[in-house]
Amino acid sequence: MNKIIFGLTLIVCTALSATSAFAEDAVPATPPAATETVAATPATQAPPEVKSLPAEKIVAETNGDGTTVSQKDENDTFSHSLTAIWLLVCGALVFFMQPGFAMVECGLCRAKNANNILMKNVLDFCIGSVVFFFIGWGLMYGKMGVEAGKFIGFSDFMMHNSGDMLSWFFQVVFCATSATIVSGSMAERTKFTSYLVYSLVISAVIYPISGHWIWGGGWLSELGFHDFAGSTVVHSVGGWSAMMGAIMVGPRIGKYVKGEDGKIHVRAIQGHNMALATLGVFILWFAWYGFNCGSTLSGLAHASMAHVAVTTTLAAAIATITAMFSSWIIGGKPDVSMTLNGALAGLVAITAPCDVVSPGAALIIGAIAGVLVVLSAMFFEQVLHIDDPVGAISVHAMNGAWGTISVGIFGNLAALGGMHTRMGMIGVQLLGVVSVFAWVALTAGTLFFILKKTMGLRVPAKEEMRGLDIGEHGSEAYSGFQFFSNM
Amino acid sequence: MMKLIIAYIQPDKLNDVKQELFKQDIYKMSVTNALGCGQQGGYTETYRNVMNEVNLLKKVRIEIAVTEPFVEKTVKAIIKAAQTKEIGDGKIFILPIEDVIRIRTEERGEQAIG
Repeated sequence: MNKIIFGLTLIVCTALSATSAFAEDAVPATPPAATETVAATPATQAPPEVKSLPAEKIVAETNGDGTTVSQKDENDTFSHSLTAIWLLVCGALVFFMQPGFAMVECGLCRAKNANNILMKNVLDFCIGSVVFFFIGWGLMYGKMGVEAGKFIGFSDFMMHNSGDMLSWFFQVVFCATSATIVSGSMAERTKFTSYLVYSLVISAVIYPISGHWIWGGGWLSELGFHDFAGSTVVHSVGGWSAMMGAIMVGPRIGKYVKGEDGKIHVRAIQGHNMALATLGVFILWFAWYGFNCGSTLSGLAHASMAHVAVTTTLAAAIATITAMFSSWIIGGKPDVSMTLNGALAGLVAITAPCDVVSPGAALIIGAIAGVLVVLSAMFFEQVLHIDDPVGAISVHAMNGAWGTISVGIFGNLAALGGMHTRMGMIGVQLLGVVSVFAWVALTAGTLFFILKKTMGLRVPAKEEMRGLDIGEHGSEAYSGFQFFSNM
Repeated sequence: MMKLIIAYIQPDKLNDVKQELFKQDIYKMSVTNALGCGQQGGYTETYRNVMNEVNLLKKVRIEIAVTEPFVEKTVKAIIKAAQTKEIGDGKIFILPIEDVIRIRTEERGEQAIG
């Protein structure tokens, strides 16, 4: 016993001395960094009205102090390279959201539909990126004549005149993130071919047009609407599409059962692998650092990047905690999949305001997001009877809307451009939320309605019971394992 | 007389069969996954574009031990829920039971079955 205590004391002492040594080293470096942070904050936190690279501007400013031409060229190359490295790394991180979504959705589905959901997640990125090259990019970041159009861009298809490869790469992964949200809410019953058509249309038309309003210089950005990394542009668009899809395709067989008493009973249909779902959530969280921090769009905005990383972390962490306690209080136990939804809810909510709110406000935004996602998931499932196997509507649509509105409530008005009063800012944010909802509900609703009437949205009941893996893809995900495929 | 009823049914009919049995006050059963083949034949899967003949199909096996008065009720309930009149609906076997022993109390026979 004594030996153990001695050993522990030794470890603690070593750790303490190591920490203090580190602290001594770190102290001299801290003050200049801190002042730099303060000075840089107003400039870097200005809302990115048009998501293009600000590197040109920064170089032009630094050249005013009598530097020679060769030095200017050097600075120019250096800042361009920094930005390129930052955006390529962050873009690759955002791409990594695809496996995150694939694992979350696969884990929360039944084993007999695992292949199908994986295929949807693979294919929506691939179809989306190809049509974003041909059509989407031109509608989102193209010009109307010489100016950015109010409602739609229309130039630069296939990037034939701008050749802005860096921006295209960074934007295409956001587009794909939006598209992939829907597969979860329509999982386990949707025809594979119809899903492919959907993913083509959202990446070609639906996402780029509402994206143009906000990031492409359209009417919402002119009003001072602020959505830093895409609570509305990416997540709400995906979330509302997910809602329209889930309504149109209808609930899974066995989800809502009419009892003897004539009432409709809600049944839980459990996911088959919570380890995959948890891995997926952690992957998404990891990728979110690229999603939010990369949306600084500049390799030089070091203060902003760090600020965004802090607010993102805090909101996600507290949302996970509040979601867990909400499910604990309501359901009697801390529910795993609700807690996982909570982490994503916090991340979605902080995506719009992460650059203009303090860490304290990020905690409040995240805390509300965690409660909201649980209540919303129960409302959609048990009151509206919309079957959403992974909670995509509550995570992405509801918390996308909440995060966007929270910009108006908690955002630093000066950093938001100083165009509006507090109430005015809330009003603009609300207008953005409502108009994007209307746009997506209308277009995605029409799309799914047409698909339902022509190709058919749903697989036959028999195929659904047996599992989409065999029906749609001819093979099982877990060959050699036995499952109760009645579940 | 006690009988053991063994039914092989389509996996997706398990919930229906269970509900139909509950209606007849039959609550006790064992359920296992089974693989088997019969008249239905097999089906083909494909893996990397290579055909793969699967002739052992997934079925669910239900075992229910009942006393004589419950035999017909049980059989009717299973048929009512599992029948689609298509090939592959399954089979029911009825076997006599020599004795039943409840391990906890060492009760035997009809006392142990219910």
